[in-house]
Amino acid sequence: MCLAVPGKITDLHDEGGVPMARVDFGGISREVCMAYLPEARPGEYVVVHVGFAISQVDEEEAARTLADLRQLGVLSELQE
Amino acid sequence: MKYIDEYRDEHIAQSLAAQIARRTTRPWNLMEICGGQTHTIMKYGLDELIPARIRLVHGPGCPVCVTPIEVVDKAIEIASRADVTFASYGDMLRVPGSHSNLLRVKAAGGDVRIVYSPMEAVKLARALPERQVVFFGIGFETTAPPNAMAVWEARREGLDNFSMLVSHVLVPPAIRLLLGSPHNQVQGFIAPGHVCTVMGYWQYETLCRDFHVPIVVGGFEPADLLEAVDMLVAQLEEGRAVVENQYVRSVRYEGNVVAQRIVEQVLEVCDRKWRGIGVIPQSGLRLREEFAAYDAERIFGVGEMTAEEPAECISAEVLQGLKRPTDCPVFGVACTPENPMGAPMVSAEGACAAYYRYRRHSIQPSEVA
Repeated sequence: MCLAVPGKITDLHDEGGVPMARVDFGGISREVCMAYLPEARPGEYVVVHVGFAISQVDEEEAARTLADLRQLGVLSELQE
Repeated sequence: MKYIDEYRDEHIAQSLAAQIARRTTRPWNLMEICGGQTHTIMKYGLDELIPARIRLVHGPGCPVCVTPIEVVDKAIEIASRADVTFASYGDMLRVPGSHSNLLRVKAAGGDVRIVYSPMEAVKLARALPERQVVFFGIGFETTAPPNAMAVWEARREGLDNFSMLVSHVLVPPAIRLLLGSPHNQVQGFIAPGHVCTVMGYWQYETLCRDFHVPIVVGGFEPADLLEAVDMLVAQLEEGRAVVENQYVRSVRYEGNVVAQRIVEQVLEVCDRKWRGIGVIPQSGLRLREEFAAYDAERIFGVGEMTAEEPAECISAEVLQGLKRPTDCPVFGVACTPENPMGAPMVSAEGACAAYYRYRRHSIQPSEVA
């Protein structure tokens, strides 16, 4: 129910006064309401829940934590 | 897909599990609140990857599972009307009410439609001005902004044939109830990452302080959950009890303030009954008085309906983490996803459905005979 999926904004438009975006989810494109994320721009990644963008992916933070996780893998191999 | 696949990396999962094993000196009971997280744990067998001394207990975070039986009865009553088009998230259709479910209403000719977003229900109201379009507004904090926006938008457009049957629930009061119970054995919580994406995680600080329990906001992929477990075990082993955020790529301390503002204008906190648990004070959201014209309970006069829950189903204990689905005598026998007795067997996020789907092989043949 609280399922939300990250996707990339491909364009922004207005639908009867409601800010909307096309968001690409690994090749599948969907209409997403952007009312709760007015600052997001095309090319950026957003987390989408039931047709609404609810947060912007912090790409720098994501890259840093992923690097930490991969580093952990290297360290545990060294310890084995 | 970016921001998903890399968190399913087996190598990362193995090294996180090894780190948890190195840290763990004694048994710990941890609860993941969200049913989506339960699903990931079962699907990837994360509970079998981590040390056996770390026990993962499944929480009540499945909105379909905790929606009270009388609310399902109200939905059935409304959806059965000839002038109503009833729109719902798909998971609610099989949930048993007292005597029927929405799928049977649909089979009997009722206009019941599955929608992916509440805005699709608003679109239906626009397209079908001669029909009363009712949306089944359930969910946790994550779904409150979308549902609130549907009501907001209906009012902005002056749609007088749109209404919502609201049964919203909130996570922190449920954690407080679990921690206050004399039966509680949970020593650390994985907070739901998407609820916190909307609400932030400042609300959880008082829970940590009041009960001296660590809470880590966790994501939904295997690496997220293993890292959250690792962070909880680290806190427990060191005797710390604070809120930490594992799901940094989506969750900010203050949450999505724009979304919170609309929710506050449309919905207000109320006492709410949880299926299997009972009334939890200040644990729900309902429409504010100024949006009464969009309240399906009032429009269709179903506010007073009550119902009893089936006695055979142990979902109450399952939802509170006191029993496992496989402890239930009817699990996989009289209760299956095709013919569910309780809601946790219906929803893809329900603990019973997750066990049925991924752990059926572990049931003894004598039990399924």
